Amino acid sequence: MTISAHAGDIDRRLLMDRSVTGRKAFTLPDSDVPEQNLPDSSFLRDDVELPEVSQLEVIRYFSVLSQLNFSIDTNFYPLGSCTMKYNPKINDELSNLPGLADIHPLQPDETVQGAIRLLKNLQDDLGEITGLPGVSLAPLAGAQGEYAGLLIARAYHNARNDSVRTVAIIPDSAHGTNPASAAMAGLDVVTVRSDDQGNVDVVNLRELANENTAVFMLTIPSTLGLFEPNILELTKIIHDVGGLVYADGANLNALLGLVKLGDLGVDICHSNLHKTFSTPHGGGGPGSGPVMVTDELAKFLPKPVAEKTDDGYVLATPEMSVGSINGFHGSFSIAVRAYAYIKALGLEGLQSVSENAIISANYIQAKLRDKYDLAADRYCMHETVLSAARQKKRGVAGLDIAKRLLDFGIHAPTMYFPMIVDEALMVEPTESESKETLDHFIAVMRQIDDEVDSAPELVHEAPHDLPVTRLDEATAARKPVLRWTAD
Amino acid sequence: MYPDDLKYSKEHEWVRMNGNIAEIGVTVFAQESLGDVVFVDLPDVGTDVAQFAKFGEIESVKAVSDLFSPVGGKIVEVNAAAIDSPEVVNEEPYGTGWLIKVELADASQLDDLMDSATYQPTLE
Repeated sequence: MTISAHAGDIDRRLLMDRSVTGRKAFTLPDSDVPEQNLPDSSFLRDDVELPEVSQLEVIRYFSVLSQLNFSIDTNFYPLGSCTMKYNPKINDELSNLPGLADIHPLQPDETVQGAIRLLKNLQDDLGEITGLPGVSLAPLAGAQGEYAGLLIARAYHNARNDSVRTVAIIPDSAHGTNPASAAMAGLDVVTVRSDDQGNVDVVNLRELANENTAVFMLTIPSTLGLFEPNILELTKIIHDVGGLVYADGANLNALLGLVKLGDLGVDICHSNLHKTFSTPHGGGGPGSGPVMVTDELAKFLPKPVAEKTDDGYVLATPEMSVGSINGFHGSFSIAVRAYAYIKALGLEGLQSVSENAIISANYIQAKLRDKYDLAADRYCMHETVLSAARQKKRGVAGLDIAKRLLDFGIHAPTMYFPMIVDEALMVEPTESESKETLDHFIAVMRQIDDEVDSAPELVHEAPHDLPVTRLDEATAARKPVLRWTAD
Repeated sequence: MYPDDLKYSKEHEWVRMNGNIAEIGVTVFAQESLGDVVFVDLPDVGTDVAQFAKFGEIESVKAVSDLFSPVGGKIVEVNAAAIDSPEVVNEEPYGTGWLIKVELADASQLDDLMDSATYQPTLE
């Protein structure tokens, strides 16, 4: 047998396929405690197939997998609405300090005063940044923050014996989590239209707002990456009928130090620490989605909330709390990372974050607008929504362009969202990227537009140079193979 | 692409009448916009659906969309082939890719729908 050599060949075998009977990665020491018989051993099985591999094999398998991954540490990652910014390594170093890493959520408060003080300080900072001083760090993700916020809205109305309010009004441009969270919280969803400028249709909102309105959920800036020019009118319409305004803080990266949501008439918001505040993201999570409210609503916050008392710092339960929404206190080590980020930058630094995020997005928009349609032809905030409608007419879809970007080492933008934009490509460069990187992206996008006519097959069949090329997503979804089998 | 014997809704569903039974599916425009359909969720036979109300969901590699019934009435049949092999919705949207059959409650509802000549310009 001849072995053919290909430098850089990847061993594609799954861990199960590397298994050799009897091989071990770890040997347990002899037991030094008395043996116990299981009360019921019938659930023990020996027919379960598990990989038997050496420790080195495990390390190689996962190391190679990790190298195949696109990540912010390796590639430009302009995934719109996700704020894939640099995660400073000092955040990780600080969260690994023994006094912060080696503590337990059930330790008595008096033995972890520094940790609770850190949570209190982070609450205060997030309250200051959003203008909504009541803060709970408990929610573990953006959608859970939304859910907690909607529970607070319901609790507020119920406490006023105003329980007929069962409607959440949500724009047609909203993140899909908004209607999902509202349904989870027991609210009926009513959709308000966007106008032809991409703003919430004020007339339509006025028609829909009434005595049944519990809450209006608004993303600020909008999912089109746009400032909502009628924001004060929108929040007034809702307040005039007795409803509350919820702001989806997914796009908070555009507002730091520039606008406080509370000043716009927002009553409740969440923030994704894993977006705006540089904590790990996606598969590298866990996420964190603190919820912020007005003073009036603070008594409904989910527990625990860190408080300072005469006897020191405590984890308290607000007077009319909606309760726990998960185990323990949220993601503590993520809170540490976000706190490190805020303290490293300070108010001035945070303001530059948003300014640079906005400038970067507008730079890309200005340099591509002659080749790609815009969802809205005006200055954007921290992200720009392009449309590949022109390219689609010439035979190449937004999906193909997104796949072609991978060949150039650029992660695909968010595609086909917001759903009100045809062939949407949502680009969020963040403040982290240099002008050189932005120029490279712009040049690549312009070249792909040329390829639509000069070499359409290059775009249709992309990616060409990655470990896996174009995936058959339809078959994968129609006939998914979810379980490893020996043959 | 848009047969003359069908009626169309602005939500891109079509209706084919056979006696008082309305056969319902999605148009070529809908299936092309959705892309490869990977999952169809249809209601149980015997349930009622109101005109323009949601009766199910259709999922493609791009997105999940609601299905709206162009006419109201009792659902008398659902297409098992569309559930088992969603690709039929892409392949033959007016044939084997039909979705539900409804016993029409009120024939005047058909007047709320478009004919082929009226529907097609709305796609521009």
